[in-house]
Amino acid sequence: MNLLDDYIPIVGEATLEELALLATRLRGKTIQNINSTAVGGGVAEILSRMIPLLNQLGVSARWDVIKGDEKFFATTKKFHNGLHGVPVEVAADEYTHFLEVNRHNADEFQFGDVVFVHDPQPVALVEKRETLGKHWVWRGHIDFSRPDAEIWEFLRQFIVRYQAAVFSAPAFSQKLPIPQVLIAPSIDPLSDKNKELDEKTIDAVFARFAIDRSRPVVTQISRFDYLKDPIGVIQAYKLAKEHTDMQLVLAGGGATDDPEGPIIMEQVRQAADEDKDIFVLFLPPASDIEINALQRGSTIILQKSLKEGFGLTVSEALWKGKPTIAGAVGGIPLQIAHKYSGILTHSVEGTAQWIKQLISAPDYARKLGINGREQIRNNFLITRHIKDYLLLFLSLFEQGEVVYL
Amino acid sequence: MQAFHFFTKLDQSLLLGLRARTVGELLTGIQSVPDSSIYHHTHRFLHQHHFLSPEPPNDFAYWVTDVLGDGALGEQLWSVDTVRFQNVGSLREKLIGILESHLDSQRWISQCIEGEEFHFMASRTFVLPTTHVAHNLMEFADQIGRVSINSVYFHMFDAKLRLKYGENDFSRWFRDQGKTALADETKRLDPYSYTLDGLRQRIVALVRQHESA
Repeated sequence: MNLLDDYIPIVGEATLEELALLATRLRGKTIQNINSTAVGGGVAEILSRMIPLLNQLGVSARWDVIKGDEKFFATTKKFHNGLHGVPVEVAADEYTHFLEVNRHNADEFQFGDVVFVHDPQPVALVEKRETLGKHWVWRGHIDFSRPDAEIWEFLRQFIVRYQAAVFSAPAFSQKLPIPQVLIAPSIDPLSDKNKELDEKTIDAVFARFAIDRSRPVVTQISRFDYLKDPIGVIQAYKLAKEHTDMQLVLAGGGATDDPEGPIIMEQVRQAADEDKDIFVLFLPPASDIEINALQRGSTIILQKSLKEGFGLTVSEALWKGKPTIAGAVGGIPLQIAHKYSGILTHSVEGTAQWIKQLISAPDYARKLGINGREQIRNNFLITRHIKDYLLLFLSLFEQGEVVYL
Repeated sequence: MQAFHFFTKLDQSLLLGLRARTVGELLTGIQSVPDSSIYHHTHRFLHQHHFLSPEPPNDFAYWVTDVLGDGALGEQLWSVDTVRFQNVGSLREKLIGILESHLDSQRWISQCIEGEEFHFMASRTFVLPTTHVAHNLMEFADQIGRVSINSVYFHMFDAKLRLKYGENDFSRWFRDQGKTALADETKRLDPYSYTLDGLRQRIVALVRQHESA
């Protein structure tokens, strides 16, 4: 387990002092997080790291998980897909069962002073607010920019009963009669995926995959998914390579429950053709050190997404001081200020042009990398996330545009 | 002698659920959002990107230039001299004036591509006392180096424009100490033309200079 003091060399003592100042204002209040899974997925990952740090700050934070059966989770999976714009049909009895499961869980819980509900699965617990009181806040972690209208209307009737709703990017905000708070996700600089690695470890990973570190390496780390545009990455690489020597690494996992996965992998293989400078790496789960090493050993990182939730792999690349070229979609423009802390592109040709530019202008590329790392240090590390959560909890007890604590 | 108590401020970002696709919609938004939104969009960039080279960008200028591709209008918005304004209301009027003149002279309307809309936001500010206190100039120069960048920001930017004290907290305190020249020099600084760390260093340099004078 990481200690708060471990973050001092990274974010400075003054940042930790401010977290402690905020935490003292929450003494005596219990913060209860509720989601639908204890393991797997981004929400569980961030809660498992954040709860111990909140407790070290003296905040009484805990985490509970709702229980549901197969039908319940099949329904919430439909919600998830529908909110992402995939056409789905939810039957009336599925909505009814969803509510029954929420009500059953609500009867079993001992609620804290602040009830912090994550994502749609437990959203209807808020029905208890009328009888119990307490302070209730809901957080949507997923992309709500174009939700299925019927599912959104169903969820909305519960969301408006909270004191506030939290979204991860401005584009996800909705017309709601309650305050909406922006809290971006974060990365943990001390996790295996982001911690400092020595050159020996990086060399060993590159050697294992037979990638030549003495030549430029352009890398995209992401699932093999149309929306991450791996074919577009290969096209951009081929265009850029007409004038500049480089290797391309496409590394990530294939989603096993994605029927399109094998088709995309086959297309990637075909597009890579016989090019010995393209490395397509299908990494198993728990490859965090390998991903970390591949990012650190690369010359340029790409995230050429066509659609993106928040796109935290961009933060991971920037944190490693890497010049990063990424699609201007989802939460990526929040992480990159174009030409200051990275490059935003909209096309294969634009991406190819910038790959050439950054390989040919290493001083400029280095400056982007330095700025990118500072951007993440200031805005996308777990300490900023903790600050935002502490402010969120405090805001439930305070009024006004400027609050003196 | 009155001690200087360093405060700090931490902002909560609020989403207003209001977006703009054209300059006209940007104008409508600027006319209707609360002061805390104008403040957010004219100061957020400085705060979040305070490590970058000094440049006084604001979100409106950045969006008009980089998303709508209108460099001329972007430059007009970019060059609004925020330091001249004593309150957010007059800053808002200036922005409205620029956008209205632009719309009067334009025959075509450019619209951003889907997904690149301007999203209006606002800031809710939480102010807290820190444990850092200065009883004299020497202590001040030492303590300002130890507080967070948020504290420097609060005393230089929020105090003047948002809390409407008319000048920043540092120059007010220097004046109370009888250090009128130092107060005037600090007041005259254009804080928007420095990075926040550069600003901190500049203030330390001024204090040291007057301390030894």
